[in-house]
Amino acid sequence: MGRTLADKVYDAHVVRSAEGEPDVLYIDLHLVHEVTSPQAFDGLRMANRTVRRPDLTIATEDHNVPTTDILAPIADPVSRTQVETLRKNCAEFGVRLHPMGDAGQGIVHVIGPQLGLTQPGMTIVCGDSHTSTHGAFGALAFGIGTSEVEHVLATQTLSQRKPKMMAVTVNGELPYGVTAKDLILAIIARIGTGGGQGHIIEYRGEAIRSLSMEGRMTVCNMSIEAGARAGMIAPDETTFAYLEGRPHAPSGADWEAAKEYWRSLRTDDDAVFDKEVVIDASELTPFVTWGTNPGQGAPLAASVPEPSSFADPTHRAAAERALEYMGLTAGTPLRDVTVDTVFVGSCTNGRIEDLRAAAEVIKGRKVADGVRMLIVPGSMKVKAQAEEEGLNEVFTAAGAEWREAGCSMCLGMNPDQLKPGERSASTSNRNFEGRQGKGGRTHLVSPAVAAATAVTGRLTAPADL
Amino acid sequence: MEAFTTHTGRAVPLRRSNVDTDQIIPAVWLKQVSRTGFEKGLFAAWREDPEFVLNRPEYQGASILVAGPDFGTGSSREHAVWALQQYGFRAVVSARFGDIFRNNATKMGLLPIQLPEDVVEGMQDKIAANPAKEFTIDLEARELRCDEGGVQTFEIDDYTRWRLLEGLDDIGLTLRHSDAIGDYEAKRQPWLPVTA
Ligand code: SF4
Repeated sequence: MGRTLADKVYDAHVVRSAEGEPDVLYIDLHLVHEVTSPQAFDGLRMANRTVRRPDLTIATEDHNVPTTDILAPIADPVSRTQVETLRKNCAEFGVRLHPMGDAGQGIVHVIGPQLGLTQPGMTIVCGDSHTSTHGAFGALAFGIGTSEVEHVLATQTLSQRKPKMMAVTVNGELPYGVTAKDLILAIIARIGTGGGQGHIIEYRGEAIRSLSMEGRMTVCNMSIEAGARAGMIAPDETTFAYLEGRPHAPSGADWEAAKEYWRSLRTDDDAVFDKEVVIDASELTPFVTWGTNPGQGAPLAASVPEPSSFADPTHRAAAERALEYMGLTAGTPLRDVTVDTVFVGSCTNGRIEDLRAAAEVIKGRKVADGVRMLIVPGSMKVKAQAEEEGLNEVFTAAGAEWREAGCSMCLGMNPDQLKPGERSASTSNRNFEGRQGKGGRTHLVSPAVAAATAVTGRLTAPADL
Repeated sequence: MEAFTTHTGRAVPLRRSNVDTDQIIPAVWLKQVSRTGFEKGLFAAWREDPEFVLNRPEYQGASILVAGPDFGTGSSREHAVWALQQYGFRAVVSARFGDIFRNNATKMGLLPIQLPEDVVEGMQDKIAANPAKEFTIDLEARELRCDEGGVQTFEIDDYTRWRLLEGLDDIGLTLRHSDAIGDYEAKRQPWLPVTA
């Protein structure tokens, strides 16, 4: 029987397998950041262990970093301690680090692809659930917990069982103005936040093939919001074109050999998936969330749903609770929902194409009175590129704030937070209660919808302007 | 890690579905660099409400959390497991768990017990009616027993069970295969990137 893309990558990394035991799976790249690593390094120290392959490990500071005044010491003592602890650990264990202020610093899932460290067929892990982002290259990439971080540091392997395989096939073409973010929000609303549980999702079909690498990253990024372990897209010419010439991509004869291997990384025609979902791209429209989990979404043209419209009692109760938390009334058109803050950034939508999409909408327009718009590039490299293209000026002329790179308001660990009751349109990936600040209310949107929303102060699609 | 063989204790019903790890331990707690003290952050936002179930006197000292479906979804933070354990929980019962949470939990010795939704709801009703009720978890027998004689069996794979029963550390287990890891490394493709 044929094998899926994920089977092929997985099988190529099994160091040891034994009946009834998990496989020992080799890890090609381990990404480290300041939040989930301190206790792992602590564990190594306590057990007198070393990092087996510092040369397959790379660290960056992202979750806590302030996005203003980055060369001053971090004001929050706890954030400062985490960042300083990472620096000390990297120095002690010989791990390459991109600290704040460094030109290579950025959100961990933005810098891997940017450096060309993320390549097809690799296994990539990080103590962060959105590691699934790297699956856009046909890598098997997934988030791990802190004790697994310690395990990978010590052994360069993980103890794993092969997940099940799920296909999400997106046929047809995305209509004009409908982006990768709208697509993944629609997929999650369709299959639910538990729909991918225990599975690796392979995204396939014409609409996926037509996405840019950055769009594919947005889709794979939110696989975790559909409950999946990882998301993957088979590598193709788009992938190779993106990789070629990047600092860590292979070159010369290695490049040719690598490409030949990468071309074999596709699901065989006779492979069987454990689960399959088919979506018609041509029916999709800009999509936003109205609730407190990423599955609670609807087309922007729709209204806040009536909880009684959910047949499943659990879903109904969740919707009731969500509407209460979000301060929304069923039946209100989503276009009438007003926001206080617009956030463009995160590992979902903080790359250059995302900033371009937002800039294109806001160019020559103004952020509405009383609305705060934050633009936080995913990395210092993205920031530099955007400045070269003059995007920062477009944003500041419109009245938006242009910030330094980091996770920022995606999770509000730094000072960029919502106040209780404040409402945001956010290009990030999680609308959980309190995610962007205690009592904050989050609507997940695409960068284009974020920008249009900033202009009107209400949830708005660019076509409505 | 502390071995898990049998455990007897009282339980607390948490009647909410989709309790994600942000609710279990809010992000602000992730800034700690030590491994202890996370019990104070457990369900921090909800615990501000004096009526929240964990604040009620009858549930103090309970060691089994009986939660709604889809417990532990969301962010991969292992701090969620530490917070539950340090608060005093040895096991969590739910109809469904987030994958990463479940994985983290078994690696740390917190036992996730998956039971059908109606069974979990039934347990919650019984506990609410009598908070002093005790349950015994017998991992060897894969059984959850209630003091008045009800028995539920739950599934857990042999390997995870063995590790929990023995209290075995994962890294030590893998390092027994160092030679195989070395052999694999010798055969990796030459073009694979290094960060150095
Ligand atoms: S941007 Fe948000 S989701 Fe991405 S790594 Fe940072 S905190 Fe996590």
